Amino acid sequence: MKGLSRDRLWSILVLLPSVLLLAVFVYGFIGRTVVVSLTDWGSDPAQALALNPVIRPVGLANYQELFTGFLQVRFRQELVNTLFFTLFFIVGCLGLGLALALVLDRNPRGEGLWRTIFLFPMSLSFIVTGTIWRWMLQPQGGLNQVPTALGLPAGSFGWLSSTESIWKFDWNALPLLTATVVGAVLALLAVRAVRAGDRTRALVAGACAALLLGWAFLVGPNVKLLPAPEPHGFNLALIGIIVAAVWQMSGYTMALYLAGLRGIPEELREAARVDGANDLGLYRHVIFPLLAPITLSAMIILGHISLKIFDLVYAMAGPDNTATSVPALNMYLTSFRQNQFALGAAIGTVLLILVAFVIVPYLANAFRGERGNA
Amino acid sequence: MTTTAPVPTVTPTPAARKAGRSRVGLYALLLLAALFFLLPIYLLLATAFKAPEAINLATTWQWPRALNWASFADAWAKIGANMGNSLFLAVVATALSALLGSLNGYALAKWKFRGANTLFALMLFGMFIPYQAVLIPLFQFVKSLGLYGSIWGLILAHVVYGLPITTLIFRNYYAEVPDALVEAATIDGAGFWGIYRQVIFPLSVPGFVVVIIWQFTQVWNEFLFAATLTNTGSQPVTYALSQLAGGQAVSWNLPMAGAILAALPTLLVYILLGRYFVRGLLAGSVKG
Repeated sequence: MKGLSRDRLWSILVLLPSVLLLAVFVYGFIGRTVVVSLTDWGSDPAQALALNPVIRPVGLANYQELFTGFLQVRFRQELVNTLFFTLFFIVGCLGLGLALALVLDRNPRGEGLWRTIFLFPMSLSFIVTGTIWRWMLQPQGGLNQVPTALGLPAGSFGWLSSTESIWKFDWNALPLLTATVVGAVLALLAVRAVRAGDRTRALVAGACAALLLGWAFLVGPNVKLLPAPEPHGFNLALIGIIVAAVWQMSGYTMALYLAGLRGIPEELREAARVDGANDLGLYRHVIFPLLAPITLSAMIILGHISLKIFDLVYAMAGPDNTATSVPALNMYLTSFRQNQFALGAAIGTVLLILVAFVIVPYLANAFRGERGNA
Repeated sequence: MTTTAPVPTVTPTPAARKAGRSRVGLYALLLLAALFFLLPIYLLLATAFKAPEAINLATTWQWPRALNWASFADAWAKIGANMGNSLFLAVVATALSALLGSLNGYALAKWKFRGANTLFALMLFGMFIPYQAVLIPLFQFVKSLGLYGSIWGLILAHVVYGLPITTLIFRNYYAEVPDALVEAATIDGAGFWGIYRQVIFPLSVPGFVVVIIWQFTQVWNEFLFAATLTNTGSQPVTYALSQLAGGQAVSWNLPMAGAILAALPTLLVYILLGRYFVRGLLAGSVKG
């Protein structure tokens, strides 16, 4: 018994350095970033890099500046960019990855070679990928030359340089839009809870939905974040970056899906065929439902990569192209080029909140099942 | 084999013909996909091997008439020292985080205590945070240690933020090692370290291979810490390449040759040991 407890002590002692390091470097530093974001550190350039800078707390002023300030229109466009980028990046990777995995699952000759080809971009740095694709997407060269090779007029799409944007909406309408969307989702949850017979949940969700939707219709239209309308949309120049990102990361979803497909027992497919399912039915009713958890997993991993992505943008469009910028890049520039540490910390915090929305439920879910046998 | 009925081979049945056609479609799809993945590499090689004066937009896609190796020498002169920095950084940071990860994984998988899973989930969160959310305090901390601009500050950052993934991979790997082995060693009188040395560590080679390949690739390819914590003397190759490619005046053969150089180590690792790379990839998707 004595020996056992000593061994337990060792196991804790072994973990201790890592736990302490992560406690400081992850949680401590996050806390510090939040504190810095509530100050004015760096708003006076003379003080930014001073040995003992005068730093005053300013509350939420930095966040207010980011979301409503006249000068921070770039940050707001970046938030919109990130959302569109994430959406298309995930859809592209899932679609291409699943297609490749389904094809490889039919056991073509030279499977190993195909897999190697589809996965190799994963081993590259986003900087390398960005450098290559930047050349691929040169305004008059690269991909725009491909039609010429086929005898067609050369393409003229500004893959990285276009300043056009589509699907614009007014930033002023953001509270209204958010309230409407969240309200609609809550209303849906309420309806589902009623169907499932969960009265408490139905009441809570229903009441929240009514409150939000009511606010959206009565007050929402009069809420103005900014004095003037400020349109933001999906910048077409992002398409080039999305293509490069899908090129690099779709091998990842392929590997995930392939592992999933190989994990489906042959008997299950046989049984479905015996029951009279054709190929299409087999995929629709047996295989795709079994792949759903993998899809969710991939969405979360890709989503957090996408929200953090910035080196690819840096290498492809340069740091100063505001049309394609993302908050992760802005944070680096604001903090380490302009030395506006407090504002940079605020952007970092916003980024963390976005990522946490994706990751925390995932981690909580992944470990809830195990807690019982701990 | 002997029990299978003889298959008529005179005329293909409609089903077989259909299968044959879908087979053709299969390979067409694969070729098309391979084209998408390989075209950038073709362009990369074609540009890197062209003489600078032969590079113009109209002939982008033509393979060079004569291979020009000079761009590689030029690129090496510009980023060779950074390649050395990256190598030192990646080797040291990988070794340290792999060793710590192995010990952590062992303690978490074989010496479970109450709250171990919660602790582990809290550790894993460090793998997913955007480093922008810790960058300013990290910068201050490294600076206060006097390590700003030295490769050791960067090593510290990579070791610490590499701990979650290395711990995760080893923990999942050691979970597969039967508890009976550990119990047998306990009965033989082995303690915490004895079991690690005699049972766990000898079984760890495949785990180490996965972790080392994965960490090496991640550290080699990283950019944000590289750009923030180092200066001219200590910059790793990703940063040097971004500077090489970002300049407007350079002709494209140079950044393309530089990209090949910067990509070669991780690409070689992937081609030689791809199986283990994929295993690290799948482990990163957290299977609890």
